[in-house]
Order: sequence, then C-alpha cells, then structure tokens
Amino acid sequence: MTEIGLGHYLTLGAVIFTIGIVGIFLNRKNIIVILMSIELILLAVNINLVSFSIYLQDLTGQVFTLFILTVAAAEAAIGLAIIVVYYRNSGTIRVEEIDKLKG
Amino acid sequence: MIAHAIFFYIFSLIAIISAIMVTVSKNTVHSVFFLILDFISISCLFIMIGAEFLGMIMLIVYVGAVAVLFLFVVMMLNVAQQKNQWLLSEDSSGHIPVGLIISALIFFELIIVIGGWKYKPNLLESTNQNLSIGLSNTHSLGQILYTDYIHIFQISGMILLIAMIGAIVLTFRQREGVKKQSYIKQISRERSEGVEVVDVTSNKGVKIDD
Repeated sequence: MTEIGLGHYLTLGAVIFTIGIVGIFLNRKNIIVILMSIELILLAVNINLVSFSIYLQDLTGQVFTLFILTVAAAEAAIGLAIIVVYYRNSGTIRVEEIDKLKG
Repeated sequence: MIAHAIFFYIFSLIAIISAIMVTVSKNTVHSVFFLILDFISISCLFIMIGAEFLGMIMLIVYVGAVAVLFLFVVMMLNVAQQKNQWLLSEDSSGHIPVGLIISALIFFELIIVIGGWKYKPNLLESTNQNLSIGLSNTHSLGQILYTDYIHIFQISGMILLIAMIGAIVLTFRQREGVKKQSYIKQISRERSEGVEVVDVTSNKGVKIDD
C-alpha cells in the first residue's frame, strides 16, 4: 500500500480516462464540456506514457508526451474556433440542438 | 517512501475528484476551474516522479494557455448559465444507462490489462537507458529531442502553425458597412480630383455634388 509502483499510476490514468469517456457519453447540454473531456482523456494518456517512461528509464515516453501536448493544444484551439463560428451562425451550442447533418 | 505514498494519494485523489467535477458540474465556468485544478495536480504528480520538465510544461501549456482559452470562449459565448444537468434532465432517454455500462466495461478492461500484466524478463535491458546518465531531466530530454526527434519536433511546430492559421481563418469575419481608413487612397489623392475651382455668380450660390 505504501509502495507506489507503476500500477498505481496506470490505475490513476485508467480512472481519469474513464471519467473522460463518461463525460463524452453522458453530456447532452454543453459541447465545451465535451472538449474538456477530450482534454481529460489526453491527460490520462500522458500519465500512462510518463509513468512508463520513468519506470523503464527510457525518455521516449516523455518525448511523445511533449508531442501529445502540442497536438492537444492545437486541437483545443481549432475546436474552440469551430464552436465560436457555430455559435455565431446558429446561436446555440447545445448538443441536442446541433443536428444540422441530421445524423 | 511513505511521504511519496501520501503525496501520491493526495494528488491523485484531488485529480480524480476534480475530473469528476469537470463532467458533472452545472456551471461551465466551474468546469473550467476544476479542469485547471486537475492539470495542476497531475503536473505535481509528474514533478514528483521525476519528469520535472513535463510537469512545468503542462502547467504552462494547459493552465496558462488551454484553460484560459476555454475560459475566454465560455465567457464570450454566454453559455455560463446554460445548465449542464444530464443527471436531472427530464427528457433523458436511454443513453445514460448505456453510456454508464460502456464506460464501466472500458474501465474494467483497463483494470484487467493493468492487473494481469507481466513484463517480459529482459525488458529493462532492451531499452535505451538514456535516463540515467546523471544529467537532469530537462538536459537529457533536450539532448534527445533535438537530435533523434528533430523532424517530429519540427512537424509539431508546423502543426501549431497550421492550427493558428486555421483558428484565425475560421473566426475571421469581414464586417459589412464598417468605414475604414485606406492609406493608399489618401496618399494617392491628386489635387485635380480633390479640389475644384468654380465661378460663383452672385445671388445664385454654387451647387455642390451634382
């Protein structure tokens, strides 16, 4: 219990990943919260990569975490820009009212 | 070792609780604040296990840039008071139990993978071991980031550039009916088209803009 190993960090990553998945599945009101859940999922992946990198004494995991960070920042910027444009055009960003594609 | 365990449990508990609060909180601004708390506690964990550079970069990038971007968008779009009540919505169809079941399945699959997993015995010998040279984390990360991964590094810079251009292009709006100064027009104005000499006959005045 007091010996914190790789399994603890991986479990933390799994918990945060699952919370992000729940946030995407169950959210019906606000699309910004869905973007935040995607950020949570990327954070969980980062936790896994960093803990493996520390455990295996190999820096490759941390390098890839850096690139995931870059892509996550770009994704957040583009996603928020799309949300702003959609709100300007249709006046709402509620998830249940975004049905222009009739999917 | 016991202090390590105590700090791990404190930070991971804060991270998990704030991650839950991100998804269930009713106010979107509160969600953004809990997201910031989550990032801070995870970066504390990173610093604790020896990835100092990544912890600091996570603080700068996520808390300093991404979360502030979220806050700006939430405040600009006036959705802060929009209720986020997926637990209480009256028209909630069958998506909540299905989503919960699928999430629980994903979680149990991950736990099974973590719990029942063995390394191959020579895994530690087969890696590069380039963490234990005696350099600091930032130093060794920079040494392999700018040599072995230089192309991927530059490609990630291109990704950031494209994201910036894309965000500008998406949100750029040419407004109609806004009067703007045009320096070219002002400078290239000649006397012949700006000034006109007219003969004014007395008692009749002059007619302008005919």
